[in-house]
Amino acid sequence: MTLPAPLVQVEGLVKRFPGARSLLGLGRVRRIVRAVDGVSFAIAAGQTLGLVGESGCGKTTVGRTILRLIEPDAGRVTLDGADVLGLGARELRALRRRMQIVFQDPYGSLNPRMTVQQTLAEPLAIHRLAARPEAERRISSLLEEVGLDPAFARAYPHELSGGQRQRVGIARALSVEPQFLVLDEPVSALDVSVQAQVLNLLAELQRKRRLTYLFIAHDLAVVKHIADHVAVMYLGKIVERAPATVLYAGPRHPYTTSLLSAVPVPDPKAQRQRIVLQGDVPSPATPPPGCPFHPRCPHPKKSSRCGIEPPALREVAPGQFAACHFAEAPM
Amino acid sequence: MTEPLLHVRDLKTYFVTEHGGGTARAVDGVSFDVYPGETLGLVGESGCGKTVTSLSILRLIPEPPGHIRPGSFIEFEGRNLLTLAPKELRAIRGNRIAMIFQEPMTSLNPVFTVGDQIAEAAIVHQRLSRRAARARAVEMLTLVGIPDPQERVDHYPHQMSGGMRQRVMIAMALICRPQLLIADEPTTALDVTIQAQILELLDRLQRELGMAVMLITHDLGVVAGSADRVVVMYAGQVVEQAPTRELFARPLHPYTEGLLASVPRLDTRVSQVRGRLHSIPGQVPAATAWPAGCRFHPRCPYAWDRCATEEPPPLDTPGSEPGTHTVRCWLLTEPQRRERRA
Repeated sequence: MTLPAPLVQVEGLVKRFPGARSLLGLGRVRRIVRAVDGVSFAIAAGQTLGLVGESGCGKTTVGRTILRLIEPDAGRVTLDGADVLGLGARELRALRRRMQIVFQDPYGSLNPRMTVQQTLAEPLAIHRLAARPEAERRISSLLEEVGLDPAFARAYPHELSGGQRQRVGIARALSVEPQFLVLDEPVSALDVSVQAQVLNLLAELQRKRRLTYLFIAHDLAVVKHIADHVAVMYLGKIVERAPATVLYAGPRHPYTTSLLSAVPVPDPKAQRQRIVLQGDVPSPATPPPGCPFHPRCPHPKKSSRCGIEPPALREVAPGQFAACHFAEAPM
Repeated sequence: MTEPLLHVRDLKTYFVTEHGGGTARAVDGVSFDVYPGETLGLVGESGCGKTVTSLSILRLIPEPPGHIRPGSFIEFEGRNLLTLAPKELRAIRGNRIAMIFQEPMTSLNPVFTVGDQIAEAAIVHQRLSRRAARARAVEMLTLVGIPDPQERVDHYPHQMSGGMRQRVMIAMALICRPQLLIADEPTTALDVTIQAQILELLDRLQRELGMAVMLITHDLGVVAGSADRVVVMYAGQVVEQAPTRELFARPLHPYTEGLLASVPRLDTRVSQVRGRLHSIPGQVPAATAWPAGCRFHPRCPYAWDRCATEEPPPLDTPGSEPGTHTVRCWLLTEPQRRERRA
């Protein structure tokens, strides 16, 4: 089997934020936060990479730096061979047609003073894709494609439910006919029954339009339903990356194992050995030395080495990468 | 059988909406019991009335626009909470019945130390001195697993993480050793590893303190792991209630069935995973205009003409003791219709 060429390639991505200043901005600058600390992955055309982690792990920053909504400090991002980070403003705008984003919050990501029609017409106008009569036709068909009645074009966001708003957000991203979508927690704010509708829609759109997805989420169960590959982040780094079937069947990093075991399963008979991690995620401004996970790590083989030597992300099984000194003896 | 600790009958909490939108019947005839020492899960999606139900129990509904309709009945330890004088009610709130909320960020006062906030209930209800109450607060912080409690007691909420704050909320709620703890989405705002910590903590405290817990959540996984019995709400009503194992093994209301089927699961086989998720068509109707007949009928795959006109009462499931597994669905009277669909 030959692997399809990657559409999106990310290498050594780094983003640092200056820490907040104390004393109303007059105090000394606090430590730099390494939000994204050397992240690399590739996504093949038409496939989905699930990027998973808890709040503050840097997953959202990864998504935004790829699109240059946030400028990264180092690294390389290519879309279909084009160097995204080296582009000037004009070329970047042209490239944005090919890569779009859907945000988590369907309430905050639509302008409340614009109708659905106006929201969807804007990208068409910016990219000079369609003028009025043609634009209206395209908006109608976009709405139908995302499962909304074209009559919704005249509605304002407050008249829509959360699920409907998220469909509008998806339609807006699709309006410029992109190849690549960053989906940043697209179903986290939705109720279970609506979440299933939107996940099915995303899967269907991907098939029909041959879209490539970076699906950012905190919920491993949701990711299992949509991703071909999964990357798990902790404190700005990818700690494990593998094909979804491999990762769910046999995680190699103790953080992945713990995350999987912490997801509540809707089956009262499931007698699972739940691993409850102790403590909180450390601040990314002061990451622990050595392996960033070692203070919380439940691995029985954990040793003093973990607190000194940072483990590299290495291939521990075909296609499966893990950053753990004991990945050969998973928990 | 033991007497219920909390006995809710035909609770109706309505809200008069602005600009003539009509009356929102947020909770519309809800009945259930909570027994001493058990965990009752109250499950449903946004807008089903689960939070309004819990706020009604402590009479925390803002009036106006809300009001609890005459004929509603909430009995706790033999007294109707809905007719108690404010003073008597205050003696119960935070003392016999305590509550924790979803947002540990906004439920704590940012200008007081966590110690002051935990101690307050003990000073008010148990008339402890400041010094004694502070000592109790340190004990509570230890109980909920906060490291260095002697030092943490003087910290402010902003110095703590979300998980720590939720532990503080729990310490505040439990300082008077309540008989009933109402936990409204206690882990929804937390990361999954922190959620696991808090659920384990609640389990342990319930065992140690012997209190009853009413766990309100949208997450069927959380309910499956923690609750003894489950009440499923839809459109302001209880549509099904059953012992937890029974409910998950044999969901009989089409809404419960659909909800369970639409949860993305970790425990499915890989071959099944990439298929379509089951989803319930349409969306929850508005509380100002519940559908006639069965409120779920416009979204129900089994609905027939009777469902659109006649509202089903809670019906006992055949083969179970009366009142243990009830379902608001006409299918119980014509079970062959379910098989025909399947």
